[in-house]
Amino acid sequence: MSRAASRIANTFERLAREKRKALVPFVTAGDPAPNITVQLMHAMVDAGVDIIELGVPFSDPMADGPVIQRSSERALKFGVGLNDVLAYVSEFRKTNQLTPVVLMGYANPIERMGMQVFAERAGAAGVDGVLVVDYPPEESHELLATMDAAGIDVIYLLSPTSSPERIKLVSVAARGYIYYVSLKGVSGAANIDTSDVESMIAKIRLQTKLPIGVGFGIRDGATAKHIARFADAVVIGSRLIQEMEAATPDTAVEKVRALLKNIRETMDS
Amino acid sequence: MQMQVEKYDLPDARGHFGPYGGVFVAETLQAALLQLNIEYAKAKADPAFVAEIQYELKHYVGRPSPIYHAKRLSEELGGAQIFLKREDLNHTGAHKVNNTVGQALLARRMGKRRVIAETGAGQHGVATATVAARYGMECVVYMGSEDVRRQAQNVYRMNLLGAKVVPVDSGSKTLKDALNEAMRDWVTNVESTFYIIGTVAGPHPYPMMVRDFNSVVGKECLTQMPEITGRQPDVVLACVGGGSNAMGIFYDYIPQTGVRLIGVEAGGDGIATGRHAASLTAGSPGILHGNRTYLIQDANGQISDTHSVSAGLDYPGVGPEHAWLKDSKRAEYVAINDDEALAAFHRLCRTEGIIPALESSHAVAHAMKMAPSMTKENVLLVNLSGRGDKDMATVAERSHAATGYPQ
Repeated sequence: MSRAASRIANTFERLAREKRKALVPFVTAGDPAPNITVQLMHAMVDAGVDIIELGVPFSDPMADGPVIQRSSERALKFGVGLNDVLAYVSEFRKTNQLTPVVLMGYANPIERMGMQVFAERAGAAGVDGVLVVDYPPEESHELLATMDAAGIDVIYLLSPTSSPERIKLVSVAARGYIYYVSLKGVSGAANIDTSDVESMIAKIRLQTKLPIGVGFGIRDGATAKHIARFADAVVIGSRLIQEMEAATPDTAVEKVRALLKNIRETMDS
Repeated sequence: MQMQVEKYDLPDARGHFGPYGGVFVAETLQAALLQLNIEYAKAKADPAFVAEIQYELKHYVGRPSPIYHAKRLSEELGGAQIFLKREDLNHTGAHKVNNTVGQALLARRMGKRRVIAETGAGQHGVATATVAARYGMECVVYMGSEDVRRQAQNVYRMNLLGAKVVPVDSGSKTLKDALNEAMRDWVTNVESTFYIIGTVAGPHPYPMMVRDFNSVVGKECLTQMPEITGRQPDVVLACVGGGSNAMGIFYDYIPQTGVRLIGVEAGGDGIATGRHAASLTAGSPGILHGNRTYLIQDANGQISDTHSVSAGLDYPGVGPEHAWLKDSKRAEYVAINDDEALAAFHRLCRTEGIIPALESSHAVAHAMKMAPSMTKENVLLVNLSGRGDKDMATVAERSHAATGYPQ
């Protein structure tokens, strides 16, 4: 496969040169309110994040825990759909051409829009990657071909229960980076066992040269720093959403900026 | 002319029924599903496992269930003869136990000591709690908080049987949300836990496995109908929510191409009102709960809230094999609204002394619609999938205004 180096690849190359690891926040588009999302994306970049994972709200987020599920329900109350999410990315791209944006969500909103239409609109909006939780490699040949053609990376998950065969399968299909789900369980669950994560990442590296991000269960700077010793990217989601839940709509953006800035500094120290 | 047999061997190895079915789940569940697939294939081929299920179905469930000729109802309608497959007479009062016996025995074979389930009306929850008690397993049942309210009696039954019922407050607080929550439990406790799904939905191998365990219903009919009427029925009818009782009675009739198969969905307040649960009649294909199938969804691909007077049909998806049977035209799907189902409920109570579940009443209602325009020689076979004891409160609340029958 040959195509122009993606914003995601460029970002990891730059980080490698700088000997730093990627900090990747996850927030749900439209939560806590639709008019905050673009502002929040810029604030997270200011705080020092490298890639933004933007959740596409879905009515039945089966693989997510209660925190992300609540964020989805709040966004859905505002009627936020895939078209709105793409509009936020377009808006963000007006002033930011560097920070990769990955849409993360479930298959049905994409199926409803139509794969080809989605690829065109996402490409035009400036989306760099998609992570569709319930499209495993076996069921996503069409997604992968369509996104490859549109120059969008398809990011896949691996988990503690992934067999060597599945690690191989995912490594062949994966573009951009691999997202390692560090827990058996749903997003936002208990704290992670970092030594298990380290040995699994070593196994994955035998099969792929792609960067590996780790998410699910990372709640503070110290854990992020620890994970960053052996992973290429650290993903933080539920913790950010909880921070916003504890804030008012006026203070949510600043709260997230401060938290991410603190995590960034701890990671880099 | 009825005995034409065509080959039918779906799903394929990855659980596809044409474009439907499959394994659309996160990586975190892939290993567990693969293991389940392998273990189920081994169990199915093991004569000892098959014999154990047969023993349990005979001595614990009370199979075979009879087929009953509803003569007074048929005479009143003045057309086709209506026969009822009496799944309501099973232990626990519905077809659901056929499946839970099978899955619990598989769980035991796999060394899992904890079983979990989702439930809507509570019938599958009760059937799961029952077998968990029977085989000495820990049991947790997820149930939408709206359904907990509607089906208080079944919650109490599950508690009596030693199960823990967890109310689910997310989303629409009904069956689909209970299924989401059960999946989350399974992802988290996958080593100790077996997830007993109650319908022919979910990721492969569930749609196939639940169908197989319920297919005893159709198998019995294939032998019973010729014994009673000298031939197979003209039409087989069953209600469809997720579609397990319908797949159970349809499956062995699929190759019998002379037999019409009709699935009856919940029309709620009427398809035109948008307040219904008829995914095959009024929905469109999409992905939910691990498989591709027909869904009730909005323009953004969000799953819509559904409505039916019967909690067991109140589900926005449907088993992927039904989606395939619809597209391939081997089965037909229609909708019966709440009032029609309630009227059929009352009529069966009064003409035959049988109190059907509101779910099953949908199938009875469609048979009642069809019968008058058919001849006395025609035979309709309805899967009476459950009994209506659980529905007393709903019927009392709804009937006076809707049907004119006294409360």
